[in-house]
Amino acid sequence: MEWIKKMLEGDKRACAKLITAAENNPEKAEKIIREIHTHTGHAHIVGITGPPGAGKSTLTDKVVKSLVDEGKRVGIIAVDPTSPYSGGSILGDRIRMQDLALNPNVFIRSMGTRGYLGGLSKYTKNALKILDAAGYDYIIIETVGVGQSEVDIVKIADTILMVMVPGLGDDIQSIKAGIMEIGDIFVINKSDLFGADRTATEVNMMLDLTMDMKRRPPVVKVVAVKNEGIDNLIKEIKSHIEYLEESGQLEKRRKNNMKLEVVELIETELRKIVISHTDKENKLDGRVAEVYNKEKNIYEVRDEFLRAIKN
Amino acid sequence: MSKIIRVLVAKPGLDGHDRGAKVIARALRDAGMEVIYTGLRQTPEQIVAAAIQEDVDVVGMSLLSGAHNYLFPRVVELLKEQGADDILVIGGGVIPDDDIPNLKEAGIAEIFTPGTTTSEMIEFIKNNIKDN
Repeated sequence: MEWIKKMLEGDKRACAKLITAAENNPEKAEKIIREIHTHTGHAHIVGITGPPGAGKSTLTDKVVKSLVDEGKRVGIIAVDPTSPYSGGSILGDRIRMQDLALNPNVFIRSMGTRGYLGGLSKYTKNALKILDAAGYDYIIIETVGVGQSEVDIVKIADTILMVMVPGLGDDIQSIKAGIMEIGDIFVINKSDLFGADRTATEVNMMLDLTMDMKRRPPVVKVVAVKNEGIDNLIKEIKSHIEYLEESGQLEKRRKNNMKLEVVELIETELRKIVISHTDKENKLDGRVAEVYNKEKNIYEVRDEFLRAIKN
Repeated sequence: MSKIIRVLVAKPGLDGHDRGAKVIARALRDAGMEVIYTGLRQTPEQIVAAAIQEDVDVVGMSLLSGAHNYLFPRVVELLKEQGADDILVIGGGVIPDDDIPNLKEAGIAEIFTPGTTTSEMIEFIKNNIKDN
């Protein structure tokens, strides 16, 4: 593909076109990923997650500015929710990144979740690989505003920043399972507001409860709009990268994610086979009727279909 | 799967009246499009950079400051320079009727003035974007 060659040479329009293709068409996505695979794996992937309005976009803006000042090239993927009713969306993360729009070393792409529930879009991974192949040193992925369990970012990011703000709940929130377990660095944004110290203390206490931690995530207080604490945050990001490399965790984490990805791909194909079998002559409806009439149970029906597929 | 239409809604120039742009963004969202909203006070360069990176099908600009005769054509010109003149460019706001022919001549596909319904605009976009 002509666009791939141009993208590898650093052409932004080619990069954008490829992301669109990979977002809209699974066959094209496969073709692109097959071709660029050997060019990927160089970028460091930073995930930024946290509740709506926590300041993820503003923080992204400041972190990226700081990295660009060091001479790095940075790609940004910003995900916002898609309407379950119309399929449309308002992607507004760019509003907080005005100054970056014209920087030649920055590429910003907004994505809608398009019905995907893990805090990302199903195609974020593809976009990520394209930006990686395009030679960006860092790729920042900003998730949708998340609640408690949208943790898919762990499947693609090397370093996860969990952005929190004061005033969203007491210490019980911080010991709950889910999102609070995935942060590599906890960022308390808007820490000029009342209650910031308390939030930081609660997170610290939660972190101290974990016994078998190889590395204790730091808690960093920032005020993103005022660019306060960003230097410190960048230092912590780099220290995490160093830790990942020295401990072998980077390779382990990435291999683990690749494993998940391959299994997912196989599942998708298997699902097609299952659907094609069960759909034949409305076979499934007939079996369901038998289940309904208590002639068969769900496991008997499962085994019947599995036998048919295996033959 | 059909392609989802992506639209950049931008406010070029210096006026801060974004109510209209937000109404438009919302209407396009409800019509099933992905709307990238850039926020206020954008330069033509910023708009074009965003349009290219976001690979949009449409750039819609809302302007109420009176500077449309410069800013709208400038965006078309910059898109052309980048080889992205397949992107549909439309504009809206308080634009005098007398200015409209020149703007269309300069490559703005349509100008929507007060009183246009959002469904007219949505139809126009659906009928005029380029397939690629």
